[in-house]
Amino acid sequence: MSATTAAEAELALQARQAAQASDGYWQGVFRRVRRDPVTIACSLVLLTMFLAIVFAPLIAPYDPYQGSMIRRLRPIGTPGHLLGTDELGRDIVTRLLFGGRLSWFMGIVPVAMAFVVGTFLGVLAGFAGGRTNMLIMRVTDVFYAFPSVLLAVAISGALGAGIMNAVLALTLVFVPPIIRVAESVTQGVRNLDFVDAARASGAGAFTVVRVHVLGNVLGPIFIYATSLISVCMILASGLSFLGLGTRPPEAEWGLMLNTLRTAIYVQPWVAVLPGACIFVTSICFNLVSDGLRQAMDVKG
Amino acid sequence: MFFYLIRRLIYAIPIALAVGFVCFMLVQIAPGDPINAIVPPDAPQEVVEQVRRDYGLDKPLPVQFGIWLLKVVQGDLGRSLATGRPVWSDLHSAIGNTLMLAFSASLLGFIMGCILGGLAGTFRGTILDRVATTIAVAGVSVPHYWLGMVLVVIFSVQLNLLPAMGAGPGGSADWVWDWAHIQHLVLPSITLAVIPMGIVTRTVRGIVAEIMNQEFVVALRGKGLTGWGVFLHVVKNAAPNVLAVLGLQLGYLMGGSILVETVFSWPGTGLLLNSAIFQRDLPVLQGTILVLSLFFVALNLGVDLVQTALDPRIKRA
Repeated sequence: MSATTAAEAELALQARQAAQASDGYWQGVFRRVRRDPVTIACSLVLLTMFLAIVFAPLIAPYDPYQGSMIRRLRPIGTPGHLLGTDELGRDIVTRLLFGGRLSWFMGIVPVAMAFVVGTFLGVLAGFAGGRTNMLIMRVTDVFYAFPSVLLAVAISGALGAGIMNAVLALTLVFVPPIIRVAESVTQGVRNLDFVDAARASGAGAFTVVRVHVLGNVLGPIFIYATSLISVCMILASGLSFLGLGTRPPEAEWGLMLNTLRTAIYVQPWVAVLPGACIFVTSICFNLVSDGLRQAMDVKG
Repeated sequence: MFFYLIRRLIYAIPIALAVGFVCFMLVQIAPGDPINAIVPPDAPQEVVEQVRRDYGLDKPLPVQFGIWLLKVVQGDLGRSLATGRPVWSDLHSAIGNTLMLAFSASLLGFIMGCILGGLAGTFRGTILDRVATTIAVAGVSVPHYWLGMVLVVIFSVQLNLLPAMGAGPGGSADWVWDWAHIQHLVLPSITLAVIPMGIVTRTVRGIVAEIMNQEFVVALRGKGLTGWGVFLHVVKNAAPNVLAVLGLQLGYLMGGSILVETVFSWPGTGLLLNSAIFQRDLPVLQGTILVLSLFFVALNLGVDLVQTALDPRIKRA
């Protein structure tokens, strides 16, 4: 009698220790992120930028579309126009604040859509195997045969200019790589013991995928998707730069860079400002993605 | 190896066909009747019907694809709407220019990337590693079209050292290997080189660090080998993977140079694509993208074969 209670007490102690040692996966991730100054700094920059563009109508000093013929191309530091004015006399600070809204939208939305579609198709291909896998992966191979910039330019060039066409083109560019990642991580999880155990205890395919597969593959796929945001933002602004994304008089960083290009000999440092915004955003997204990858211990 | 080569070649054929299909569909997904891509909008109705029959546009889609494919295989990519010239005649001079730009940029990026990545991988965790890694992250995050503009502002506008646009003095298109021409290549190459530099640095750093941790390196050191001796062994082990990355980057640059070519008015495929987009010249768009993609498919194939030949550990037979 006393022997069993001693053994039970021992077991309970071990369980309690184990519970204390692993204070939850997400707590561990959070603790590691907190110790990483680069990730913290970049997250803060992104957060500040996000708040600034969300509240752009409240903090912007001027109207983003209202130009002035007599105040064109003022230099940086002009009283009243901190970062100068553009080729139509519009305030650069205001344009940058409003421009960030579209640039962020076009950088994040295509990746988010590709994340949903790519994860669905990739997990389906990885879990179902056989002919389904064959079909999905061979179609993916075809899109891999195009350099990504070229594919984006080709699709939005054929569809014509416009924000929605650019978003559609960029989504199509990012679906294939996400499918590949999703398929390979799903294949890795599919044959593990706990999936077999779940199946043996009577779980259907849907339950196995929902509970056991998705829980283990979403993390790596998500990390991969965040690393694509920076590329997507550069590509989206690039499309606008070519005249394929947003159209004037809309404010968007890539488009601003394009229209200010003619002013490069008059006000060179004003002309390169929108690009600096793209650069800062893109490098911060890249570094945060790297930090998260390390904190979540995702390989590859 | 021989059978692998054959199999890989056979596998590339359906990919190439599918690439052709996607390019064919580009004109189909374009808003409006595809006939508008061939005849000018002000053509009389009879002419439109005549052309529709001549081009086989009244036939079902799969038949149209067959006809189109047959023409492409014979080297007929159609005619430009804007100039009326065959697409291929504009394309082949542009491809030469793009190839030259992409090649010099990948070479520059490759050398820089190997140096930075090699240093970072060897001296992992030091300040040198941090600097190299930071440069690599900046390289992959920078919008290269913007970097091009900044370089123009510094070296052309402010310092007046290098030309800002074109591929030769006075807008001449014929390439000669003299300083007057080469100086036009400098800024676009540097601009385009930052992407492969970043990626090659990351790859080389990872590979070198991994190799340095392997037992044979310890054994080599134990045997009394130092510096260069160890270095050569590491290079030999890293080469197949690094070369594969370089090959793919060359392909990406061929397709990705469109933005840089626009900034510098470099007379390559990118500028051709840009004007095709601007004028909605769909045959030129389609032809250029088809040729660039097929080049990319061929390059992928070449990289795969070279990698297999270099690295006996990859058994793909």
